[in-house]
Amino acid sequence: MNKSSRDVMTFEGGIHPADSGKALSENRPTLTPPLLERYQVLLCENVGKPPKPVVKPGDLVGKYQLLAAAEGFVSANLHAPTSGKVVKIGEVPGPMGIPAPAIEIEADGEDAAAEVFPPLDDWRDTDPKVLIGRIADCGLVGMGGASFPTHVKLSPPPDKPVDTLILNGAECEPFLTADHRLMLEHPRDVITGAQIMAHILGVNRICIGIEINKRDAIESLETLAEGTPVRIVPLKVRYPQGSEKHLIRAIAGREVPSGGLPADAGCVVQNVATAAACSDAVLHGLPLVERIVTVTGEVLCHPGNWKLRIGTPLLEALRLAGGVTDEPGKIIFGGPMMGFAQRSLGVPIAKNTSGILLLTREEALRHRSTSCIRCGRCLQGCPMHLSPCLLATAIENGRWNLAAQNHVMDCIECGACAYVCPAHRPLVQLMRSAKMELRKRK
Amino acid sequence: MMLCAVDPGQVLMAVALMTGAGLLLGAVIGLVARLFRVEGDSRVDLVTELLPGANCGGCGKAGCRDFAKSVVAGENPPGKCPVSTREQASAIALALGVEVGEVVPKKAVVRCSGTLFTSDRVAYYSGILKCSSAMLVGGGPKVCRYGCLGMGDCARKCPFGAIEIVNNLAVVHEELCVGCGSCAAVCPRGVIAIVPAASAVHVYCNSPEKGAEKRKVCRSACLGCGKCVRKDPEKFELTASLARVKYSAPEVPDAAEVEAVGCPTGALTTIGAHYQAIRKGGTEK
Repeated sequence: MNKSSRDVMTFEGGIHPADSGKALSENRPTLTPPLLERYQVLLCENVGKPPKPVVKPGDLVGKYQLLAAAEGFVSANLHAPTSGKVVKIGEVPGPMGIPAPAIEIEADGEDAAAEVFPPLDDWRDTDPKVLIGRIADCGLVGMGGASFPTHVKLSPPPDKPVDTLILNGAECEPFLTADHRLMLEHPRDVITGAQIMAHILGVNRICIGIEINKRDAIESLETLAEGTPVRIVPLKVRYPQGSEKHLIRAIAGREVPSGGLPADAGCVVQNVATAAACSDAVLHGLPLVERIVTVTGEVLCHPGNWKLRIGTPLLEALRLAGGVTDEPGKIIFGGPMMGFAQRSLGVPIAKNTSGILLLTREEALRHRSTSCIRCGRCLQGCPMHLSPCLLATAIENGRWNLAAQNHVMDCIECGACAYVCPAHRPLVQLMRSAKMELRKRK
Repeated sequence: MMLCAVDPGQVLMAVALMTGAGLLLGAVIGLVARLFRVEGDSRVDLVTELLPGANCGGCGKAGCRDFAKSVVAGENPPGKCPVSTREQASAIALALGVEVGEVVPKKAVVRCSGTLFTSDRVAYYSGILKCSSAMLVGGGPKVCRYGCLGMGDCARKCPFGAIEIVNNLAVVHEELCVGCGSCAAVCPRGVIAIVPAASAVHVYCNSPEKGAEKRKVCRSACLGCGKCVRKDPEKFELTASLARVKYSAPEVPDAAEVEAVGCPTGALTTIGAHYQAIRKGGTEK
């Protein structure tokens, strides 16, 4: 790695958060916590239709056993994180603030695995359809946050030819280090997963984009990638580098059209964690039941990275991190820029929970919002080249059509505009309300 | 200093030129307007004139003129305008020679009595003070997922200023409300119902959850005990732990009946008593 920062690729716009907060947990190796007594597995961990439960209260299940089967194409299977008894299927506090259905499992302490799928070691000679079937069987979803079913993403429409597979290892959100640890500790899984996905898509160009603040990960992956078609692309440290559209812009130099999909730009983007899970699914036949989660924040005694099973309640994760030294101001699932504030300690970890972040009260403080001073910083910061200040004024005055004409629907809600706004205007919140309003009107 | 250097003749010239040009163009516009005039239906203008002009949309049309067009076309009776008084509607009917049309007057009712003091909040919300924005952040700060958020989306929308936010709860002033329904359309929680104005009694709760669950998070929720239904099954009904006034029944309950029922939480009450209770912080029993 002797590239200067001028060589690395990036996109136009975006911001550079002053303190990334990654130092809190990036050097902490991933730990495996002891088995819990209870797991509450959220039923709907994917975008699209929720899967249908195939177990009922009282059933004994083994680890990796199917709990809920996908309903329709855009849906994902759900598997048991440990062996034990299904005690109930009811509502638990959901990650979006509203109660969500979940399957509660009382662990028997054995952690005995049910029969898993047979390994497909010769995946290079296997029909892509079989591999997609395996990925769907194992309940893979996008682990970067969007939780879109992976088998759907790996089946782009036939009229849109795809020539590039991009793996997202940018991890541009401050504080999060889960993908970083994954790339350091399981680089082989990432590389293999990437090749399996490329085989499914029938593409030869495989790029893994990683921000250069993760030099050790870049090096370890580069060593392993030698002799394979996988190329490691160092990226500038710039938020939101990990956004699908901006990775494509930085790595392939293409633009995803407004309202379009990555396939319109000939690309498919997958998270590195999804690739590693894909390798597990194909080589070992293991369904997705655990993931690396960064539990971090200034107020935690021992911030770090843990391999948590899905269904682990938030409170248990905080216990692992040694509890808090002071009352946190906010608890967020995901990163500080795009994560979701939680209102209950009972919310379970899902397949897309990349981090649990505790902000201090000062960090969570909301400044008083004043009028726009027309400095234009949001215009420079917006990675989608929108005009957040003008859109915000239109939205505040209820001029939805004007907002729509100015492409408010292209807003990716990354929060760069609100981050740089010196008047502390609630820009993202306004964009979100306009997007909701316009979707409602459609 | 500069002014002195200007020739007064030039100034006069400019004034004369501009005036002349204005007169000439004005004449042209006037001529064109006369020559190419589009003959409209004068009755539409007449009906628009007679309508209240609130453009509230309560009739289901885009505004008063749109409604006037539909009245002239015979699609709607004049009585369908919720804002017009009986006399105003009769005047329109008389002018057009049509039936007034029997339309039940309606009123909005915010079916929630969980004020800041009687209902629980789960989080501190510091975002944009709009119900629609609060709903986007974890479904709003109130524990009850069905109650009024009290940030006044409806009050801002009401063209008649009939909704007041008292102790973080929207309350409808029935004397100002015309039942146009614009508040119900913007309420993200669907708390507001448009009901026949004849009833002065309502159940101020909107949560279909079990009584015990509701009780945990709100001290003024309807418990679904069924006391009112047992008292008079003709006028009240119970669906999923939530009592409702039977608005479609031939007779609606009155204040005396509310007194006789004696709702244990005060969720069933009259419009006037509800307002007074909310002013004091809410019913808590």
